[in-house]
Amino acid sequence: MADKQKLIVSFAPFWHNGSRVTDRSMQILLAASPAAFFGIYRFGISALGVLALAVSSAVLWELAFTRVAKRPVSVGDGTAAVIGLLFGMMLPATLPWWAVITGTFLAIVVARQIYGGIGANPFNPAAVAVAILMLAWKQRMDIDSALVNYVFDFPAAFPLGAVKAFGTGAIKELSLIDLFMGRQVGGIGTICGAALSAGGIYLVLRGVIRWEIPVSFLAGAAATAGVFHAVDPLRFASPAFHLLTGFTLFGAFFLATEDASSPVNFIPMLIYGAVIGAIVVFIRNIGVFAEGLVFALLVGNLIQPLLDKIRPKALGKVE
Amino acid sequence: MTTKNAFWGFGLPRLEHTPLPVGSERLEAIALPQTVTLLHRRPEEKKAIPLLKTGDAVKTGQKLSLYGNADYVTSPATGKVVSLSPVTGNFGRNLTAVTVATDPQENFDGEFDAARSLLSLDAAGKFLAAVPGQPGLERLTDPERPIKTIVVCGVDEDILVVTRQHVLASRLADIQHGIQILKQLTGIEDVVILTRREAIQGHGSIGGRVMGVDPRYPAALPLLVMANVFRQEVPAGRTCEDKGFCFISAEAVASIGSAFSTGRIPVVKTLTVIPKDGRIRLAQAPIGTPIGAILKHFDVTIAEGDRIVFGGPMRGTAVFSPDHPVQPDTDAILVLDAKAAARTSDYPCINCGECVRVCPACMQINLLVRYLEAGKYEDAEESYDLNSCVECGLCSFVCVSKIPILQHIMLAKHELVRMRSTETLTETIDG
Repeated sequence: MADKQKLIVSFAPFWHNGSRVTDRSMQILLAASPAAFFGIYRFGISALGVLALAVSSAVLWELAFTRVAKRPVSVGDGTAAVIGLLFGMMLPATLPWWAVITGTFLAIVVARQIYGGIGANPFNPAAVAVAILMLAWKQRMDIDSALVNYVFDFPAAFPLGAVKAFGTGAIKELSLIDLFMGRQVGGIGTICGAALSAGGIYLVLRGVIRWEIPVSFLAGAAATAGVFHAVDPLRFASPAFHLLTGFTLFGAFFLATEDASSPVNFIPMLIYGAVIGAIVVFIRNIGVFAEGLVFALLVGNLIQPLLDKIRPKALGKVE
Repeated sequence: MTTKNAFWGFGLPRLEHTPLPVGSERLEAIALPQTVTLLHRRPEEKKAIPLLKTGDAVKTGQKLSLYGNADYVTSPATGKVVSLSPVTGNFGRNLTAVTVATDPQENFDGEFDAARSLLSLDAAGKFLAAVPGQPGLERLTDPERPIKTIVVCGVDEDILVVTRQHVLASRLADIQHGIQILKQLTGIEDVVILTRREAIQGHGSIGGRVMGVDPRYPAALPLLVMANVFRQEVPAGRTCEDKGFCFISAEAVASIGSAFSTGRIPVVKTLTVIPKDGRIRLAQAPIGTPIGAILKHFDVTIAEGDRIVFGGPMRGTAVFSPDHPVQPDTDAILVLDAKAAARTSDYPCINCGECVRVCPACMQINLLVRYLEAGKYEDAEESYDLNSCVECGLCSFVCVSKIPILQHIMLAKHELVRMRSTETLTETIDG
């Protein structure tokens, strides 16, 4: 056989469905943007500043670290921008610039790159950063004290803080529809349930996130809140209130579904979501924090490797 | 069939085994080329000297056994041996390429014709191992794995490939005769004919039970047919033969039928040819025909970076030269434009779980791939079901990070087999 022409060979399969990490990041940015824009509308130019700084500093931290560590430059995949945006959406609109930059450093460098970069982070990077900021700068992360100079045409107290301090009497005036439509205070991008749900459902339909996690998350939170509410309706708020305030919808659709730190099998996804949902309500109702979703999420991330041991039997597997 | 995810749309690609295109009854006949090349297995010993030498005359259908062992190839043409050269096949297999300059004056070898009346499985195996479709008759006589059921595969294992479907649709008489011969030779009464589910009618009278296979890829792979059609899951790492089932392609059965009815060993292979435009054509070419000759017939030009694949897009093997010959088991030739061929990357797994959800063998691929990338093949086998893999390639197809997962899996399986054979060898020497 005389070899006149040598061809390139490669291994099967020769087809690919065309999915890319960059596309997934773009979809998440797209899905999160209505809620983020609503936050800018609600809190004004300072919210825009926080979000812009969060995204840009996250991207720069990623670039700087990959340069220093001599890793392949990965900012182009958009995951750093996603982490930056999601982190920024949880912050109060008045957070100073140095806290934002510290937060993105914690998210990108500490919670992600140190563990090996994309796909290797054991915890949700944005949640790690918010958790550390909540512990480090309690006052600045507190919604009520952060937004004290704002004037709104609706009750301006952080709903979860109000119910924790004064019981359900304090939130009687709040209508669920108002909460869902974003007539409440909170983290920049977490206040409009309608926008968050729309974005989340879009991601589920596009196959970027898996429905099992948000559904079980919300069910777990609702069920736990329902039990508390039934036991003491004066002290503990209703399930619907818990779903529409704080970070609940944001966490269910955008945080808990982060790929690397969440399970991939059906039953583990359901347990993971439900456990986080339940812990969220536990922390809110009987814990120290008015909104402890990021801590609940970190606990969920912690048990994820164990959960993924529950898996379907492989073909031909003999026990 | 869409194979790409859309950025804006909501539909996801659904891969199906390609049905036989309407109006594909006619086969494009590829003329006998000036030279044909046959790939003969070469023994491990370095000094094995071929029994044949250049200049020897061969006849059509003549059995050429180069090293005096059970291996042989069948000459598809009459002519003279012009070269014998060592080549390396996939996974480092040692082969000898026998090139025969063909003579248009065909002269059929009569050895099989004289022997066929004896009608023993052993005798058939001595002549029919290299007929189109490659029947693998030795599997029927393995005393350690008695076969209860012969499965005549009228479905193709890969997408775009329609060769077996074509044979099942067009050569019923040969298949019927082949089944009859197989029954007589082996004494096995249970014969199943596999066909696409919607084509289940019309094959009832050819000598076996007809069973339908789901059109959704990869339902036609033997291990999945075993699990989903026969409801007999093959234990991981074992074969269908271990369960008493022997899968033979419809073309191989037709070849056996035709060999016994005409007394001539069939040497012309049916092929699905898929040029860059993706339009499926059917052709028949003598075994040993260089691919280049077939592509020339269909006016396909090969540019830098294009792939020529033996088989389909999901499980085929890329070949490195247009001189590579058609072999008895080559069901399809797929030509892919450089731009259309999937690229892999060294991006890490992002744990999105797409592979886990698409895997027909329910494997934990997101974890498995971490072990494979680290070369921990034994752990992969023990804890993450490496041997359950049916090698369909869907994991690589959907991988967001474009990790060559199937390649990792195949390499791991190959390395484990190699490691074990070295271990047994050392043990034998030590003991």
